Amino acid sequence: MAGNGTKRPRKRRRRIQLSKLYTLTCTHQACFKQDHSQIGGPGYSRVVFCNEPDSPDADSSNYSDNYVRTTKYTLTTFLPKSLFEQFRRVANFYFLVTGILSFTPLAPYTASSAIVPLLFVIGATMVKEAVEDWRRKKQDIEVNNRRVKVHRGDGNFDSKEWKTLSVGDIVRVEKNEFFPADLVLLSSSYEDAICYVETMNLDGETNLKVKQGLEVTSSLREDINFKGFEAFVKCEDPNANLYSFVGTMELKGAKYPLSPQQLLLRDSKLRNTEFIFGAVIFTGHDTKVIQNSTDPPSKRSMIEKKMDKIIYLMFFMVVLMSFIGSVIFGVTTRDDFKDGVMRRWYLKPDSSSVFFDPKRAHVAAIYHFLTAAMLYSYFIPISLYVSIEIVKVLQSIFINQDIHMYYEEADKPARARTSNLNEELGQVDTILSDKTGTLTCNSMEFIKCSVAGTAYGRGITEVEMAMGRRKGSPLVLQSNEDDVEYSKEPFAEEPTVKGFNFRDERIMNGNWVTEPHADVIQKFFRLLAVCHTVIPEVDEDTEKISYEAESPDEAAFVIAARELGFEFYNRTQTTISVRELDLVTGKRVERLYKVLNVLEFNSTRKRMSVIVEEEDGKLLLLCKGADNVMFERLSKNGREFEEETKDHVNEYADAGLRTLILAYRELDEKEYKVFNERISEAKSSVSADRESRIEEVTEKVEKDLILLGATAVEDKLQNGVPDCIDKLAQAGIKIWVLTGDKMETAINIGFACSLLRQDMKQIIINLETPEIHSLEKTGEKDAIAKASKESVLLQIINGKAQLKYSGGNSNAFALIIDGKSLAYALDDDVKHIFLELAVGCASVICCRSSPKQKALVTRLVKSGNGKTTLAIGDGANDVGMLQEADIGVGISGVEGMQAVMSSDIAIAQFRYLERLLLVHGHWCYRRISTMVCYFFYKNITFGFTLFLYEAYTTFSATPAYNDWFLSLYNVFFSSLPVIALGVFDQDVSARYCLKFPLLYQEGVQNVLFSWRRILGWMFNGFYSALIIFFLCKISLEPQAFNHQGKTPGREILGGTMYTCIVWVVNLQMALAISYFTLIQHIVIWGSIIVWYLFITVYGELPAIISTGAYRVFVEALAPSLSYWVITLFVVASTLMPYFIYSAVQMRFFPMYHGMIQWLRYEGQCNDPEYCDMVRQRSIRPTTVGFTARLEAKKRSVRRSESA
Amino acid sequence: MPSNTASSSSAAAAGSADSSSSRTKSKRPKYSKFTQQELPACKPILTPGWVILTFLVISVIFIPLGVVSLFASQDVVEIVDRYDNVCIPPPDRANKVAFIQGGADKSCTRTLVVPKRMKQPIYVYYQLENFYQNHRRYVKSRSDSQLRSVKDENQIDACKPEDDVNGRPIVPCGLIAWSLFNDTYALSKNNQTLNVNKRGIAWKSDREHKFGKNVFPKNFQTGNLTGGGRLDANKSLSEQEDLIVWMRTAALPTFRKLYGKIESDLEKGDTITVILKNNYNTYSFDGKKKLVLSTTSWLGGKNDFLGIAYLTVGGICFFLALVFTIMYLVKPRRLGDPTYLSWNRVPGGGR
Repeated sequence: MAGNGTKRPRKRRRRIQLSKLYTLTCTHQACFKQDHSQIGGPGYSRVVFCNEPDSPDADSSNYSDNYVRTTKYTLTTFLPKSLFEQFRRVANFYFLVTGILSFTPLAPYTASSAIVPLLFVIGATMVKEAVEDWRRKKQDIEVNNRRVKVHRGDGNFDSKEWKTLSVGDIVRVEKNEFFPADLVLLSSSYEDAICYVETMNLDGETNLKVKQGLEVTSSLREDINFKGFEAFVKCEDPNANLYSFVGTMELKGAKYPLSPQQLLLRDSKLRNTEFIFGAVIFTGHDTKVIQNSTDPPSKRSMIEKKMDKIIYLMFFMVVLMSFIGSVIFGVTTRDDFKDGVMRRWYLKPDSSSVFFDPKRAHVAAIYHFLTAAMLYSYFIPISLYVSIEIVKVLQSIFINQDIHMYYEEADKPARARTSNLNEELGQVDTILSDKTGTLTCNSMEFIKCSVAGTAYGRGITEVEMAMGRRKGSPLVLQSNEDDVEYSKEPFAEEPTVKGFNFRDERIMNGNWVTEPHADVIQKFFRLLAVCHTVIPEVDEDTEKISYEAESPDEAAFVIAARELGFEFYNRTQTTISVRELDLVTGKRVERLYKVLNVLEFNSTRKRMSVIVEEEDGKLLLLCKGADNVMFERLSKNGREFEEETKDHVNEYADAGLRTLILAYRELDEKEYKVFNERISEAKSSVSADRESRIEEVTEKVEKDLILLGATAVEDKLQNGVPDCIDKLAQAGIKIWVLTGDKMETAINIGFACSLLRQDMKQIIINLETPEIHSLEKTGEKDAIAKASKESVLLQIINGKAQLKYSGGNSNAFALIIDGKSLAYALDDDVKHIFLELAVGCASVICCRSSPKQKALVTRLVKSGNGKTTLAIGDGANDVGMLQEADIGVGISGVEGMQAVMSSDIAIAQFRYLERLLLVHGHWCYRRISTMVCYFFYKNITFGFTLFLYEAYTTFSATPAYNDWFLSLYNVFFSSLPVIALGVFDQDVSARYCLKFPLLYQEGVQNVLFSWRRILGWMFNGFYSALIIFFLCKISLEPQAFNHQGKTPGREILGGTMYTCIVWVVNLQMALAISYFTLIQHIVIWGSIIVWYLFITVYGELPAIISTGAYRVFVEALAPSLSYWVITLFVVASTLMPYFIYSAVQMRFFPMYHGMIQWLRYEGQCNDPEYCDMVRQRSIRPTTVGFTARLEAKKRSVRRSESA
Repeated sequence: MPSNTASSSSAAAAGSADSSSSRTKSKRPKYSKFTQQELPACKPILTPGWVILTFLVISVIFIPLGVVSLFASQDVVEIVDRYDNVCIPPPDRANKVAFIQGGADKSCTRTLVVPKRMKQPIYVYYQLENFYQNHRRYVKSRSDSQLRSVKDENQIDACKPEDDVNGRPIVPCGLIAWSLFNDTYALSKNNQTLNVNKRGIAWKSDREHKFGKNVFPKNFQTGNLTGGGRLDANKSLSEQEDLIVWMRTAALPTFRKLYGKIESDLEKGDTITVILKNNYNTYSFDGKKKLVLSTTSWLGGKNDFLGIAYLTVGGICFFLALVFTIMYLVKPRRLGDPTYLSWNRVPGGGR
């Protein structure tokens, strides 16, 4: 969205010097801490001369320039590096060795025919690498040529490219621009040199961060100020730590400490600030963000790993065949010349080179082994890797191009960032999902509130709907279809204002004045309008106010206040202006609140307060916070509505809403004075306990509060999440939710998503037992740990016992475990029992889990289960999980790019997972597995005929075919159909993939790439080769071959067999695929035609090139009828067994996709009864999702009827 | 608060305007049937109809083809006479190799009776068995460039050890040429010489492009060990069709090669006397030698295999068509039969 920034209408905003208001955070001046003493020492040796480009000292320090290279290769390193990458693959290396050996007399074929395909294959891969790298290069060029204003001298700033920046330059960065390098902030458009920074590209957090320059430089706010400005910075060496920076700035002889507070990082963006001036400290690859960029762990799919095993198997076969051949060859060679008697005299065994020397038959046999290994290299498909890579790239393009996975609102299509995991998408067994931002939108909507003990707000949350269904309200008794619709469109009317979904005519449209506690309501919303750190932005043209908030909750509050008539419209340094209704006059008035202090929110305080002075001079402390910290801070007379409010809060929490308690108190001037003195004293202190002192002071003032009420904000479920989860559950995929949220919220979301339901037994593992609590009070860590672990273990064992007891019962279990218990459950000695329990449960929810724990759970599932895991998440806290899982899917949502950057595939919405897995995953899995099987099939068919022919040449390694026929087999005559198969084949269309989710199990159970199937295909290859060879041999031997009485030579047998093979492998392809588009027709029939063209054209080349194949087709094969008759016969007979097999299988033992094909063919897809039968009868019981819930309901109804 | 609703609706309008202006460079994938993988396609499945039809079609094509092939093969009249053993005088049969390598007269007379009328052209073949013309050492032992043109006569690298004689290159060099078959046949019918035409027995492309018209044999068979036949040093290689035929190596250890053509008909009962010179040594490696006289059909020589095989496969297909028809009638597939789904076979896999 960066590009849109300039288009926006200009917004008006006053200059605010907020730094003085903020009490707790960051903006305090850095002080010389311990770290600073290290400057100059090892690791802290960087020296920067700011604004002295011509100084000789500056030249001497040789820092890298600001050119950033993210490409893998440069022009010079491309060749060696990419070649090295290529030959690291064992198959490619093997081909390299055979290629080199082919230059020796050992070779059964000419060197060029061995080298050319290798070059072709390697070249294709290298071209692909080069293209990918070129794209990166283009991106680099774009980034490196971005322009920034740089101080040229004498106070003049010139626009220069980023790459020309050098350390020490002074730059001026404008609003919404990215920082070109790591800068030390000198000054900004704000007087106190603060600026707002968006660090989305670094840590994924969307909230703005405040940075502040040193006071001493904050006055340099004009270009001209930099004339003659000189500074000297000493700081740490480049490192990857984003949150630390240690340095000093020497200015006019005085030293000032520098902290991360002054450091502006490359790739973050200047927001809400007109401009800043900064001095370049780290450039190019020294910058923290580049230092941070690590190559993501390279993941390989299960199929690829298995493929390696197949390749080793093929190697074994090659070795075995070569060995057999060598032994026989050695024996016959030895027998050729015994005791001075020559057997096969025509071979002249008496004067032979070492390769055929009967006197050294063993040596000859060893050499022969090498030759044979070269000849049988056709067993290993040379083009396999490159074909698979091409196919995967094309598959990824299809994923990227899928219009059904494009999210209109955010303008985000799906993006497969790594193409080598496509087929893994079809094998996912367990999905580990984050909650916030993944299942939920992370958009907060103000939906309810409780003021003065009265609950307002009639909006029904999606969670409440789920709850309603769960409690069996009449709303639920709907048919399945309606249910789907229902959850797809959770809201009949979308809220017109983002973040606000509150409907209650009692207090809306100004009606609140007539409510019994109007004064409390007024205070309540005023508090919402005043107590926050939001910055308003007024659109110049429309006068419309939008808010810039650190968290979506805050924005929701301010918007709610605005919608209810307390419009916060302006913020200055010390004031907040609110348009509100005056209770007495009934008119809209503009009120000004003087903000004296802001005590911000943080996770330990769990509350925030502001101290404001009203227009009449009354001092108010307005406070909002979490229920557990707020209720204990109420004064005795402030607890009027406590009971009701508590009830409401519990109710809200039960409905999965986020609640906050609002309270206030009036301060008298004396008290405030004391507080103010203390707080400023505490703020200005430089000692280490500064923080705790501030804490102490604020603690004292935030007490004796008067309760106003509570707010409830809904964390909205993303569109279509329950539906998607249901589909995935029907597909037999297990879904685990790993969240940082508290247990209640997590359980509620679980209900909302149908991961949990009423009749599920919940096995809850936590440490909320009285014994643990009492132990915790004693503070003995070892004892706590021991007791906790025992307790967790006991709970797990109990859970397992329950599971066992219920045995075959379809009662599903749900496991819910909190972070604390998880820490013990993940211990080495417990984790396997834990995993067993978890696998036995239909759904698993881990709440309060840390990012580390998320990653550990993922690893546990992945390694313990041996099944494919998919992690999906959107935040920086999910990165570990995404990288650990077999597939990491990032949600490119609002939380920034961190998750996306470390993911393998990025989608915009959780619900696209359904299509990604069930359609693309299934297709890709099917395509790749069939493709690999087919590859080995076609190469065995080809290679084994070579071996069989060998048997008739006493294993002397004479190739059955012409050299170029050999080498081009994999490249020309059989490659395109298999690529087309890999890219386009569909067993059933997308619609049916989604309609019959169970089809997905083919991937999970890996039925299409089981050893049985692989060996089956190999067997197919072997017998095809046997049939082709022997039928050709017997048909052609030894009589005349045409009516002119010519007998067949090597080239005719070879040509006929080769023709048969080309036909057979291509027709086999046609039999194996079930989806013929024009492309399939072109490539399959095209490959056959290409063979005839090739043999014709090649035969026309001078005999010196075409050797044996010279005019063989035109002169010998084509005019001879027997060639065609033999081809027809051999091809038909070779394919016959497979055809019979698949006909029988299709009719009598169809696989699931076959059944769906039947359904489609017979047109019964729209007959719900039929579909249901196929769905139900072959389905394993679905344990979660609303389908399962309906089933459960049906069961219970049946039970009650029978009772 | 009317002002609020107004502002929010205008905001919505502004929002939509914003999105429409940015739509020009939207990342929305372009819709096409190709990118959405919805290309029109034919999705054949093996329905009973198709399966039965395929089998029937195959049998309908194959059975007649088989019959025709078999007839063609039956039409061919072939006389095969193995003479390697019988052409060695009985006393020498204990040591055939010594006999063949010795200097004794190797003439031998064979009498063949024509079983059926043979229409011209009748092809005369010699058939060797257990002779590995496809051995890699043998196959490679030739110099194509030398055979083609005089100026390349020194390209004899591949020909070792039959490459040169005292430094002078052998033309044609190599083991293949060196081991040229040299039995000769003189045929006569009822004491009347049968003319065996030895022209036109090699492939035209060989005669015209692979063997030079001005390349003449040189130093051939002058080494210390004579292999097979000799060549007429005054005839260019392209005219020496025996050599050309021999040089086109056979695919398998049992092979026939054309010796010549008889361009007159033979009647049933004709006696053909063959006076042959049994020069070629197949005794070292237990090879067989046969003389073959054969006519050809459109399908080539006599080989019943193809016809029988066609009939067999056609018959099997017909049978399968029947079996499948019966199976489909007797045991119709239950729709949605889950029994054979793999994951239902895994015990407890679902639970």
